[in-house]
Amino acid sequence: MVVLWTDALIFILIAAMLVLAFYLRGKEHIKRPLQKIARSKVGMASLVVLLFFVLVGLLDSVHFKPVSTKSNEIISFLDYWATPLREHGEKTYSAPFATTLYSKEIMALADGTTQWGYPRLAFGGNYLNNPETQHLVDVLQKTGYGFIQGASLAGLLLLCYLGVRHKAQDDKKQVLTLSASLKSVMAVVFIIVSLSYTLIYLSAYYHVFGTDKVGEDVFYQVVKSIRTGLVLGTLTTLIMLPMAIIFGILAGFFRGWIDDVIQYIYTTLNSIPGVLLIAASILMVQVYMANHEQDFTSVIVRADMRLLFLCLILGVTNWTGLCRLLRAETLKLREMEYVQAAHALGVKQNIILLRHILPNVMHIVLISVVLDFSSLVLAEAVLSYINIGVDPTTYSWGNMINGARLEMAREPIVWWSLSAAFVFMFTLVLAANLFADTVQDAFDPRRSAE
Amino acid sequence: MIHYIIRRFLYAFPLLMGVNILTFVLFFIVNSPDDMARMQLGQKHVTEQSVTNWKQQHGYDVPLLWNPDAQGEQKITQTIFYQKSVGLFLFRFGVSDSGRNIGADIQERMWPSLALALPTLCVGLVVDISFALMMVLFRSSYLEQAGIVLCVILMSISSLFYIIGGQFFIAKLLRLVPISGYDDGWAAVKFLILPVLIGVFSGIGSGVRWYRTLFLEEVEKDYVRTARAKGLTETQTLFRHVLRNALIPILTGVVVILPLLFMGSLIMESFFSIPGLGSYTIDAINSQDFAIVRAMVFLGSVLYVIGLLLTDISYTLVDPRVRLS
Repeated sequence: MVVLWTDALIFILIAAMLVLAFYLRGKEHIKRPLQKIARSKVGMASLVVLLFFVLVGLLDSVHFKPVSTKSNEIISFLDYWATPLREHGEKTYSAPFATTLYSKEIMALADGTTQWGYPRLAFGGNYLNNPETQHLVDVLQKTGYGFIQGASLAGLLLLCYLGVRHKAQDDKKQVLTLSASLKSVMAVVFIIVSLSYTLIYLSAYYHVFGTDKVGEDVFYQVVKSIRTGLVLGTLTTLIMLPMAIIFGILAGFFRGWIDDVIQYIYTTLNSIPGVLLIAASILMVQVYMANHEQDFTSVIVRADMRLLFLCLILGVTNWTGLCRLLRAETLKLREMEYVQAAHALGVKQNIILLRHILPNVMHIVLISVVLDFSSLVLAEAVLSYINIGVDPTTYSWGNMINGARLEMAREPIVWWSLSAAFVFMFTLVLAANLFADTVQDAFDPRRSAE
Repeated sequence: MIHYIIRRFLYAFPLLMGVNILTFVLFFIVNSPDDMARMQLGQKHVTEQSVTNWKQQHGYDVPLLWNPDAQGEQKITQTIFYQKSVGLFLFRFGVSDSGRNIGADIQERMWPSLALALPTLCVGLVVDISFALMMVLFRSSYLEQAGIVLCVILMSISSLFYIIGGQFFIAKLLRLVPISGYDDGWAAVKFLILPVLIGVFSGIGSGVRWYRTLFLEEVEKDYVRTARAKGLTETQTLFRHVLRNALIPILTGVVVILPLLFMGSLIMESFFSIPGLGSYTIDAINSQDFAIVRAMVFLGSVLYVIGLLLTDISYTLVDPRVRLS
C-alpha cells in the first residue's frame, strides 16, 4: 500500500464529507433543498453519472506496489484490474476495432520474402484467421454478446433493488408506481452498467478506442484520465475553501482595516491574469523540481507532486471570487435582526460568527463548489495544452488532446484519441453542469421561490 | 466625482506595488537566479563558471535587495529588485533572456492581438445578447427550454474542441479559409475570420446564460409591469425598457476587459499562429524565458487595474444613482 499525496487528500475530503453529512442529517433547513434535488429527474440522473466517475476515480486512487514484480513501479487498483489492457500494447497507431496497424510497413513473410502492407496487430483480433471476412461479423457478434450480458446484469441489479423495495414497503400495491426521478436514475444505471460492461467485454478482444502513437490502448488512457480530472476539480476547491470562507467572513463581519487588507490582497491577486499567474508558478515549480531531483524518486511520485502543486496554484488563484461573494453576503447578514439580537444579548463575536453567520452563507459555498468543478475540469485541458498543466507523463484529457492535435495534419486522420477524450470529458462536464444547476435551484433562496 | 476618481486612481499604485512584490518573490526568492541559470543551461555538467557567466550576461549577478559593496545610493540601485522590478513601473521591460528588447516586441505584437480580440468581443456581445433576448421573449415555452439545454451542452464542450473542430471542418475539409497564419494590413482578414467565428461560438453557451439571467432579473421589476400595464407589447417593453436598463451591468462588465484585449488569447493565437501577445507569452512559457513572463504578468495587471478604473468612471457616467451618492 502506497499513499500518494493526492490520494491522502482525496480520502481526507471524503471523510470530511461524511462527517458533514452525519452532522447535517435530519436538519430541517437542509432537508428541504435535498428533497428538491431528489425530485429532480435531470439532477438525479447527472448525480448517478458523477458518482460513477467518482467510483472509477476512487478505484484509481488506491495505490500499491505489486508483490510479483521487482521493479519500483506503483500501480492502482484500476491498473491491477486493467493489467491486460496495459500490457497489450501495439507498435503504433491502430484504429478502433482494427486488426491491422494504421500505416503500411515492410513485413517479412514466412517464406522469407518481404511485402509492403498493413501488419496484423499483436493483440487486437489476433485470434481471427481470416480478418477480411470474419472481422465485421466477429465485432458485431462480440458487441451483441457483451451488450446482452451487460444488460442482463444491469436488469438483475435493478430487479434486486425492486425486490428489496418490495420487502421494505408495507403497501404492496405501491411498489410499481415509481417516481419520475427514480425512473430516470434506473434508466441511467441501466445504460451505464450495460455500456461499461460491453466496453470491458470488448476490450478483452479489441482496442475499443484504438491505440496511440506508442501503441498504448486509448480506452485505458481515457479511463485513467478520469482521476486527474476529478482530483483537479475537487482538491482545488478543498484548498481554496478555507481561505475563501475565513477571509470572506472576516472581511464582511469586522469591516475596518481587516476588510481593507483582505480586499487589497484579493484585488492584487485578481489583477494578475489567471493563466499568467499559473504559468509563473508552474515554471517556478519546474525549476524547483529540476533542482531537487533526489526528492522525487519515481515518475509517479513526481507527477503526483506536480498535480498537487497545480491544485494548490489553481486554489490560490481561484479563491478570490468566492471570497468576494461571501464578504458581500456577510455584510448583508450582520445587519440582520437576529445577528443584532445576538449582539444585544451579549453573545461573543466568534460564537456569532460560527453559529449565525457561517451556516447562513453555506449555500453560497456549496453552489460555488459545484459550479467551479466543471470549469476546473475544462481548465485542465487548456492548461495542459500550454504545457503548464499536469505532468506530461500523467494521463489526462488535456495531454491526450495535446498529443492527438499534432496528428490532425496527418492523412488519413487519426481521430480516435480526440473523440475518446471528447466523449468522456463531455459526459463528465455535462453531468457536472446539470447537477450544478439543480443544486443552485434547490439551495439558492432567490430561485426557490418560483 | 473628481475626488472619487482621483482616489481610485491613487489606489492603483499599492495594487501594482503588490503585484510587483509578488512576482519578485515568485521569480527571485522562491528560486534563486542560480537555479534559473542551471535550468537554462541544462541540468547536467554545469560548471560554476558558466553559471556566473550566464548571470552576468543577463544582469542577475547583483544581490537581491541590498548591495553592501556599492557606494551611496547604488546600495539600492545596484540590486536585482531595483533593476528588474522597479523598471517595470516606467514600462522599461528590459531585455529577454534570449536577448531581444521586450518593450519593442510588445508594441509590435499587441496589434494582431487586438485585431483578433476586438471583433471577437463585439460580435460575441451582439450574438449573445440577441439570443438571450430571444429566450426571454419566448420565456416559459418549449423554445426556451430547448435553448437552455443547448446552452448547457455548448458550455460543456472544451474550447479546445471548438478550435480543433473548426479548423478541421471549415479550414481543412471545406477549404473556405486558411488553417492558420497571419498577414499585415487588410490581408489579415481572411486569417481572422475563422478564429473570430470560433471565439464567438465557444462563448455562446455561458454568455447567453449569463445575459439571460440579467434580463430575467430586470423583467421581474416594477417598471416593466408598469410598461406592460400602459399597453406596450412584450417586444416593445423588452427592447425599449428591459434592454436599455440591463445594458448598465453589461457595459460595465465589458469595460473591465477592454484593456485586457491587448493581451490576446493564449490558445487562439497559438492554434492559429497569430503573432500576438498571447502566442508571445506561450513561446516564453515554453522556452522558460522568465524575463518575458515577468513583463507580461506586470503588463496584464496594469491593464486590469486600468480596466477597474474605467469601470468606476463608466459607472459614474452611466448610472446617476452612483454619481449622486
